[in-house]
Amino acid sequence: MIKLRSILIGASMLAAVSVHASDGVLDIVAPWEVGSTDPAKAGYVYTRLQIGETLVEVNDQGKPRPGLAESWTISDDQLSWRFTVRQGVRFHDGSPLTAEVAARALQRALAKPGMLAVAPIEAIGVDGDQVVVRLSSPFAPLPALLAHSSTQILAPASYNEAGEASQVIGTGPYRIERLQMPQKLSATVFNDYWGETPAIAKLSYLAAGRGETRALMAQSGDADIVFTLDPASQARLQRDSRLEVHGVAISRTLSLKINAGHPFLADPKARQALSLALDRRGMAAGLLRTPEAAASQLFPPTMGDWHLQALSGAERDLEQARALLAGLGWKADDKGMLSRNGKPFTLTLTTFADRPELPLLATAIQAQLRELGVALVVNVSNASEIPAGHRDGSLQLALVARNFALVSDPLGTLLQDFGPRGGDWGAMNWHSARLGEILQQLLQETDSQTALGLRQEAARLLHRELPMIPLAWYQQSAAVSSKVAGFSIDPFERSYRVSDMRWVQ
Amino acid sequence: MIPVLSYRLMQAVLVALMVGVLTFILTHALPGDMAFRIAAGRYGYDYVNAAAAAAVGAELGLGLPAWQALGYWLWDLLRLDLGQSLVSGEAVVDELRHQLGHSLQLAVAAVGLSMLLGPPIGILAGLHPGGRIDRLTLLLATVLRALPQFVIGILLVMLLAVQLGWLPAAGHGTAAHTLLPALTLALGLAAVACRVSRNAMQDVAGSAFYAFGRTKGLSERRVFSRHGLRNVAVPVLAHQAMQLVYLIEGVVVVETLFAWPGIGHALVHAIVARDVPMIQGTALVLGLMFVLMNALVDLLCHRIDPRRREA
Repeated sequence: MIKLRSILIGASMLAAVSVHASDGVLDIVAPWEVGSTDPAKAGYVYTRLQIGETLVEVNDQGKPRPGLAESWTISDDQLSWRFTVRQGVRFHDGSPLTAEVAARALQRALAKPGMLAVAPIEAIGVDGDQVVVRLSSPFAPLPALLAHSSTQILAPASYNEAGEASQVIGTGPYRIERLQMPQKLSATVFNDYWGETPAIAKLSYLAAGRGETRALMAQSGDADIVFTLDPASQARLQRDSRLEVHGVAISRTLSLKINAGHPFLADPKARQALSLALDRRGMAAGLLRTPEAAASQLFPPTMGDWHLQALSGAERDLEQARALLAGLGWKADDKGMLSRNGKPFTLTLTTFADRPELPLLATAIQAQLRELGVALVVNVSNASEIPAGHRDGSLQLALVARNFALVSDPLGTLLQDFGPRGGDWGAMNWHSARLGEILQQLLQETDSQTALGLRQEAARLLHRELPMIPLAWYQQSAAVSSKVAGFSIDPFERSYRVSDMRWVQ
Repeated sequence: MIPVLSYRLMQAVLVALMVGVLTFILTHALPGDMAFRIAAGRYGYDYVNAAAAAAVGAELGLGLPAWQALGYWLWDLLRLDLGQSLVSGEAVVDELRHQLGHSLQLAVAAVGLSMLLGPPIGILAGLHPGGRIDRLTLLLATVLRALPQFVIGILLVMLLAVQLGWLPAAGHGTAAHTLLPALTLALGLAAVACRVSRNAMQDVAGSAFYAFGRTKGLSERRVFSRHGLRNVAVPVLAHQAMQLVYLIEGVVVVETLFAWPGIGHALVHAIVARDVPMIQGTALVLGLMFVLMNALVDLLCHRIDPRRREA
């Protein structure tokens, strides 16, 4: 044991020099790997670390604000958008940002699977110092799409002969010093940045997939900022005086995606019954450790106009649920399990483990629906089983964590989820002509009061019809070292905002 | 020596073929749509949808019949080309080179540490069988071997990183980062090495030639270094070879726990994302590593044990 001790002491001296944050490097740890240099695949890592930037930025309310585009205008027919590119911006390799370079980056983004494909874009061109986007029909949330990480503007030298981004040469306040895919990235401040120079000069990013690992890194002081804490660790970290635990509700809702074409689920009353049988408060308090996360409706309070203020809580009412199902012809046997015309009420729930709370919630849902008399088979699989099951029609129920702010304006995501043919992550075999009308009208509505009324109507309609049963509103969490000041969580998960932070002296 | 090596070389070729064919068949037998899986691996679950899957399917030509795809892979393997990752688009060889370096660093450090810890303590215990050290090491070895590596890792991090602040909890880049994951692996290896060397030492110490060494007037130290060490080393090394399975299994677990960018970590990710060329490449390298390390142990035993050379 003497040997072990001496080895460890020797190593601890090494560690003291190299690891702890006194080295002036801000160490960020998060679960997401840096799988690619392609903005379409892993662009979010580069925008979050403020390496790549987009034409449009977003404020905390989700409203677009100038980014690499100083300003923009829209033609009267709402079919032509002109984005004036900021002057004097340089890429990390010293080359200048021009409208032409920006347009080419957007054309590349449009050719790949990504959010830009949602918009009815006819062409992306250049006119002087402006990028001109021509649409085939009005699309009001276009600026929000241009704030998405897949549309970040990279220098021409970032692309290889095949037109693939093989390096990330952005315009942000930080430039990549070393990229070790898929887990590590270090960056330093970019001295020619067009905006304000950040106070923190160096940062490092590490992707650590396991929640336990991340929590222990926060506790040991190896990381200055740790994102996405599992509920159990969160409570422990809150008691640590060297750390501050932050939590912000983001526009992500844990909900049940329902196959409304399934004979058991086609009647809205059946969906209502399932919804009433769920103990949301219990799940939020016991499993997510955030009682306020219990969802009374699909859209969380952070989604402003889409959230219904007047709606009361999310109470469980088993009696009413039973009555609704009895009205649909379901009868309970002596064990309380339901059947109709000799067929038992059995469903398969598909979910995935990328978000650690999903399998836990699935088990709780299974127990709660059992009390109602519904037998649930839980299938924990890969996330892709859900869109695949949607497409081939085999999916019955899925537990998902849908982010309505994939782009800052939720309209972009809602169009995907509640379109005429449903959405891979949204409604299945359910369509409302009225909702379709509302979403189309919102694409060109310029009056804010009318738009508010439409959004509230859409939320009420979804609440009544329940093509998705909401369970909980997601909280983004982070543990931050007390050595760091100026930390805040971006509710749209676009940026880690390192440039706003500084070291506590 | 030559027969030993040619036997291992033949084994290597067979392993390569079997691993390639088996991984191919197994991955294709797994449930789930490949294009969707790869799209999830590429774009993340928020963005995996039918459009992304269709784009992936078209780009990669996933419609190819399975036997043809396998045929292409084998033909490429003959030309030493492992193909490209379906997720990142990088050449599998390049990715493996990067990851294998990290894994080897971890494995070598683990074996080195286990050798520093296990045999010396085992020899000490074997010199006094039934004594306090012997009983204590038996207890420790049993506990360490019974605990999953994941648990050993978490306990070590809690103690050495969180409580004492001596070592970084996870990550990679400096020598200090290697120590905790290597120690996690080494403790399990050392537990066995310790017991094997203890038994070997006990046997050797009780043998006639050891007693003769003493009677001819050699000191304890001399008799150990002349008659003991070499005889203890052979069974320890042979057992070390058998422990390679534990080591390679452990690498997969430990790399994920410590956010270590090695081949085990890559294999787990490749399986999840159905990245067939990457799975085939990593499995191939792991299989060949087995053969190589076994060959190395053979050579070492050959060198240490003169009886083998004469045989």
